[in-house]
Amino acid sequence: MENSILLQALNDKFGKSILSVDEAADIFTVMVDSETITTIVAFLKEKQNFIFLTDICGIHYPDQERELGVIYHLHNLTENKRIRLKTFVTKANPKIQSIVSLFSGANWMERETFDFYGVEFVGHPNLIRILNVEYMDYHPMRKEYPLEDATRLDKDDIFFGR
Amino acid sequence: MAEKDKYTVVEAPEGYSAPGFFATTLDKAVGLARKNSLWPLPFATSCCGIEFMATMGAHYDLGRFGAERLSFSPRQADLLMVMGTIAKKMAPVVQQVYEQMAEPRWVIAIGACASSGGVFDTYSVLQGIDKVVPVDVYVPGCPPRPEQIIDGFMKIQELVGNETLRRRYSTEYKEMLESYGIKIDR
Repeated sequence: MENSILLQALNDKFGKSILSVDEAADIFTVMVDSETITTIVAFLKEKQNFIFLTDICGIHYPDQERELGVIYHLHNLTENKRIRLKTFVTKANPKIQSIVSLFSGANWMERETFDFYGVEFVGHPNLIRILNVEYMDYHPMRKEYPLEDATRLDKDDIFFGR
Repeated sequence: MAEKDKYTVVEAPEGYSAPGFFATTLDKAVGLARKNSLWPLPFATSCCGIEFMATMGAHYDLGRFGAERLSFSPRQADLLMVMGTIAKKMAPVVQQVYEQMAEPRWVIAIGACASSGGVFDTYSVLQGIDKVVPVDVYVPGCPPRPEQIIDGFMKIQELVGNETLRRRYSTEYKEMLESYGIKIDR
């Protein structure tokens, strides 16, 4: 399957939701509007045979207007074709539709993205932390939080030039 | 070579002896018995646990110190040996294992991670098991060699041998446990 054919199909159906396209990288990458993500994933699954959800992950770019990203990797197994969908939401309103109804495997992936980046997946059946401790009160992969553990007592800033 | 030269026996504690009897304090007799038959519970999560496996093996042979019987149930263990990185999610498990051990009980933190979090100075890792359980001996190293683990174990033996029988009933001890949020059911 050629990138151009797939892009044509996406443009015909979702014209204004396709924000940009990147064919330079190893995987065909499409930047899409966060509002239409579920319909685009449903279209790719049902009409274009992308039946395998490889991964969902998050990213945080503090300098962008829409800071938080969610990235979907889909795989068409019969033609061995991959596609990467990128979508961004604001930190003030980090809401995006869940795709658990399309891919059951998205359940834990969305929980992980919520756990680390605080992206709220609307319609997720059980959106709670999956890897971090239950009482954690922040989303640790966001850039505004330090990597180092705040509970550590044996480090005096003087010895580390801070 | 005479039969008795083939093995060594621990020395008798201080006391009075004469033909037919030997007298010492109960503390010392019990301490001698305890320190030479410790049953360790290995709580191994990473590379320090591999070093401990070498320590238990024939070459280093922790059995020489009366500790060849590992206890994989906390209920029959005297010594909790925590070896490796403890994630914050694992912390309540370590504490629960400690609570399940019967008194008297000792804890040894082996390696940098168990002692202080080590290189894992990050949001997900417990910065030393002494945040959740009281620790008697810390062994440095990343990971420590078997010799260091044996050295730490001998330090524990020293503590066990010299502990008074009243210590575990003292109010100070109970307050210390309460400061870790550990239940006391006696």
